Amino acid sequence: QELLKWNGWGYNDSKFIFNKKGQAEFTGKRYRLGGMVLPTFKEWIEKTFGASLEHKTTSRASLNVNDVPPSIVNEEFLQDLRATKISYSQDAEDRVFRAHGHCLHEIFVLREGMFKRIPDIVVWPVCHEDVVKIVELACKHNLCIIPFGGGTSVSSALECPEEEKRTIISLDTSQMNRILWIDEKNLIACVEAGIVGQDLEKQLAESGFCTGHEPDSMEFSSLGGWVATRASGMKKNIYGNIEDLVIHIKMVTPRGIVEKNCQVPRMSTGPDIHHFIMGSEGTLGVVTEVTIKIRPVPEYQKYGSVVFPNFERGVACLREVAKQRCAPASIRLVDNAQFQFGHALKPQVASIFTSFLDGLKKFYITKFKGFDPNILCVATLLFEGDREKVLQHEKQVYDIATKFGGLAAGEDNGQRGYMLTFVIAYLRDLGLDYYVIGESFETSVPWDRVLDLCRNVKERIVRECKEKGVQFAPLSTCRVTQTYDAGACVYFYFAFNYRGISDPIHVYEQIERAAREEILANGGSLSHHHGVGKLRKRWMKESISDVGLGMLRSVKEYVDPNNIFGNKNLL
Amino acid sequence: MAQDSVSLFVCSQQKELTSKKRDEFEDILEERRLSSDLRYAMKCYTPVIYKGLSPCKPNAIKSAVLQSEQVQYVIKQLAKEMGESPDIIQEEATEILDEMGHSMQLGAVRFFAFALSKIFKRLFQRVCVNEEGMQRLQHAIQEHPVVLLPSHRSYVDFLMLSYLLYTYDLALPVIAAGIDFLGMKIVGELLRRAGAFFMRRSFGGNRLYWAVFAEYVKTMLRSGYAPIEFFLEGTRSRTAKTLTPKFGLLSIVMEPFLKREVFDTYLVPISISYERILEESLYAYELLGVPKPKESTSGLLKARRILSDSFGTIHIYVGQPVSLRTLASGRINRCPYNLVPRHLPQKPSEDIQEFVSDVAYKMELLQIENMVLSPWVLVAAVLLQNLPAMDFELLIEKTLWLKGLTQTFGGFIEWPDNLCAKKAVMSGLALHSNIARLVDGHVILNDKGVEDGAVGEIVFKHALAILMCATYRNQLLNVFVRPSLVAVALQMTRSFRKEEVYSCFSFLRDVFSDEFIFFPGISLKDFEEGCFLLTKCDAIQISQQEIYPTDKGSVIVSFLSAMFRPFVEGYQLIFRYLSKETKEAFTEKQFIPGVRNFVFQLLEKGNTQCYEALSSDMQKNALAALVQLGAVKKKKMSNGFTYNVNQEAVNKILDMFDARIPVQKPVAARL
Repeated sequence: QELLKWNGWGYNDSKFIFNKKGQAEFTGKRYRLGGMVLPTFKEWIEKTFGASLEHKTTSRASLNVNDVPPSIVNEEFLQDLRATKISYSQDAEDRVFRAHGHCLHEIFVLREGMFKRIPDIVVWPVCHEDVVKIVELACKHNLCIIPFGGGTSVSSALECPEEEKRTIISLDTSQMNRILWIDEKNLIACVEAGIVGQDLEKQLAESGFCTGHEPDSMEFSSLGGWVATRASGMKKNIYGNIEDLVIHIKMVTPRGIVEKNCQVPRMSTGPDIHHFIMGSEGTLGVVTEVTIKIRPVPEYQKYGSVVFPNFERGVACLREVAKQRCAPASIRLVDNAQFQFGHALKPQVASIFTSFLDGLKKFYITKFKGFDPNILCVATLLFEGDREKVLQHEKQVYDIATKFGGLAAGEDNGQRGYMLTFVIAYLRDLGLDYYVIGESFETSVPWDRVLDLCRNVKERIVRECKEKGVQFAPLSTCRVTQTYDAGACVYFYFAFNYRGISDPIHVYEQIERAAREEILANGGSLSHHHGVGKLRKRWMKESISDVGLGMLRSVKEYVDPNNIFGNKNLL
Repeated sequence: MAQDSVSLFVCSQQKELTSKKRDEFEDILEERRLSSDLRYAMKCYTPVIYKGLSPCKPNAIKSAVLQSEQVQYVIKQLAKEMGESPDIIQEEATEILDEMGHSMQLGAVRFFAFALSKIFKRLFQRVCVNEEGMQRLQHAIQEHPVVLLPSHRSYVDFLMLSYLLYTYDLALPVIAAGIDFLGMKIVGELLRRAGAFFMRRSFGGNRLYWAVFAEYVKTMLRSGYAPIEFFLEGTRSRTAKTLTPKFGLLSIVMEPFLKREVFDTYLVPISISYERILEESLYAYELLGVPKPKESTSGLLKARRILSDSFGTIHIYVGQPVSLRTLASGRINRCPYNLVPRHLPQKPSEDIQEFVSDVAYKMELLQIENMVLSPWVLVAAVLLQNLPAMDFELLIEKTLWLKGLTQTFGGFIEWPDNLCAKKAVMSGLALHSNIARLVDGHVILNDKGVEDGAVGEIVFKHALAILMCATYRNQLLNVFVRPSLVAVALQMTRSFRKEEVYSCFSFLRDVFSDEFIFFPGISLKDFEEGCFLLTKCDAIQISQQEIYPTDKGSVIVSFLSAMFRPFVEGYQLIFRYLSKETKEAFTEKQFIPGVRNFVFQLLEKGNTQCYEALSSDMQKNALAALVQLGAVKKKKMSNGFTYNVNQEAVNKILDMFDARIPVQKPVAARL
């Protein structure tokens, strides 16, 4: 917690700033971009958003403790809690830190206002048994528990329901972060659910293994959170999504503990109870231990990238790759606006030689091959595995790309593309300083509708902005970020300059909502991996039908009749 | 929720009615008279086009259509069902496409530009266009695919529209034309090169044809290749009264948006009105059952003698482009097409069918709203109520009076600049000397040859004159229909109780649902609007329970009901024929001559004065109304439809009329 920002994304020491010369710079040493100057970035921001460095807003420097709603916890419960020796806190900062995820409106509140309702107390169980005790106490005293993992939710899932009168306990799983055992024969590992993605990979790597599950938030998000939201990782093409990775889940509910009797690759015993748990978004209980598949760390990794003359050709190529089932560990296609964005984040080049080479490359692509720099788009690739197989695989993919007019554009571009997905989250904080607000959202969609959906949603955003009085054209861009046999996952970024608008958050939410309705009208899903939370609840009924919703409700009613897990997500 | 959105849909329409501000007109022939037509035809033509357009040739579209999943799917289905090889069916599809497809060429366009300049200048005094409408259209064309929906009164319509777009440097439309044009040598091909594509008149049962046709239209729309133009009315209105809309083509052009293949689609209502309709006498003959000459090139050549005649002014009003997305928002379930692949042919849900129908009516109402009415239209309406002869001064006075009333009702009158009423009426008479003329200070209908010849001949000639004249009065009817039906209902019920008047109004509205254009399902709103307009001109007063005419208002009420009397009486005649004279099932081919003879005999005997009941248009509409009211059963047979009359039901409907209003009552309210 000390390392992390209290009012923005990620580490305290990592952020975008404009240095004394007015050039953009990324601070800190944690990322490859750290300490580098980004010479074209300022111009891009000014051009894209009409933002200017002179117009700046500033966040409060620190939390004003007096604004924070008081902690109301009854003394009997506190006595019982102390008896369990589980550590807890009623400190204002601790509670505010766990009152939100990373939706735009949440960050905005942190910078300029205060939440109406936050947890009254934070507890830190260190093992499964601790969780059992806490849940028992909560049932005994009729309190509300909101499980908290990495705090990276973007669905308002962590927000406390304003009307909750009971004491809200934030159950922080971060101290349950051990790998309990590794079973090399079956290639599985049993891990406590609070472990954060990067720690899990680091610790497994010590034994030569990995899970291969890498959501963009993996530096901060937790295993339990992945399970609770049906997370998806960048390299799912090799390792699978969370539902493919999980072998066994132990969850503590008000009814007791739910688990299976064995750890097997598959079983036919009625509907898989794991599927009630995965995506339950903290409404049923706390995931405490997960047995997850592991793989030997790959021998070789190689990045790559391909330039396409336009987005349509790019999508056609990804479709073909998916059809031939030869997708590399990751394959992503960014549209032109995002390509230009990536370009703007290019660091200052070290030598004249590289700059010369860049120029030459650009000349080749635009002049010689006739690609229009305002239309072309780029696919980034990541291959993993045996060195030999990777090279073979690489050739196969590039051959397909050639058929769709693609040109190989080098490892460097590919690698930068993936690095960007980690630092892009930091960018919003910079934007907020200059009247630019933005967010990302995602969906999944059948192949035949990918192009229509991307075009219509982007267009809808632009139009809605205009209608709502946004004075500058917004950034409205997308990438096809995952491929499947039957469709793809599409990721949108959307940001605009809100100068001149009195209630930017409201306007923003209206536009986001319109964009979601557009997605649904175009045959896209409510969510591919972010989940529903409270942000997208209103569309659940039309997404899964009345009966479907009833099925989920009846599970909730059985498992948690008193609504102890009362975060009000999903249903 | 659905209810709400429907009313929203309607509200917006009524709001438009009240807050009317119309654009100014500009004469496009003026410049043509001043500069060279040849240079005009050869001008540098670089039209504004759709922003997302990827340019392609007509043939590329055809092959895209043939290769499309939609067409291929149907081909495979048919091959499986008929046990034929897909290649043969594919061949068939290619032939259909070749028959159908346009092959727009700039050369042909330039030829038309030249020839039409010459012809139009001879035929018409002025061709007036609202330039602001053209500018709006220009923006629309760049933004989204555009569908042009002109009214259809004459073959000149689509020639004129293309000519107009060429003049304003806009992308030329592709036009859905009837296949009959292909029968014309050279001209058919020439039209094809000017952007016409041809559809068969009926292809309901032919799945391959439907698939190819629909996909052809949708491909052009999706790619933004060119604005698509077709006539909602389906055919030229022989009566100059807007015909009820056809839904087939409209539902095709709406589909790409509903399936979200395009972001939006603009529908542009266009009202084209003629001071004198080129085909006026042809139409009158046709309505009386003298067959329409088949479209042929030699016929066209013969028609050139009309070149020496004058046809006055044309007014073209390009309406505000209507965004389909806006119309659909909140109305259509978001994802009707999500669970089936979009290329599979799918019968549209009831929701969607209803939506298509609402959109069609809305567009026609917009056409009507912006349709320019010339002074002659008013003259004709007055004259028809004062036959056989009317004092010229009185005619002028009444015409002026009617002008005021029409404007109160929202009619769009273009009165020639600074022209006094007398001159306006005179110039109308001059232009329409074939219909009426001034004799000894009286205006009489021009039914030459009446004095000599058999009785039948006289009736026919007279009917001809009346129908021609009615063609002009008809242009007023849709503007007047709501207040007029209230007036008719007031007279029929002879009661002032609001409920009774409304129920009678509602009955009339149902009976005339094929005759006039009513937005579906808003009977009460129409009634309220009619009452509102009548109060606006002080014709009636409304209290909580009652509606009664004011002293001054009885003139208006009688005029309005007299205006619609030909329809009230005509329908009764036709219903009587059906209730008495038809015992067995019949086809439309038998019905029309049957009822015509029936009315003809009554006219000969002098038992009725309702010449308009001879109009086959009215006869068909009346039959269709009975079908809708369930009094006639319509059955589909191998060779078309047959009808079965439910005598009892028809009698009941007749009673509704008869019990309350005597048919043969002499014209009660002369003005």
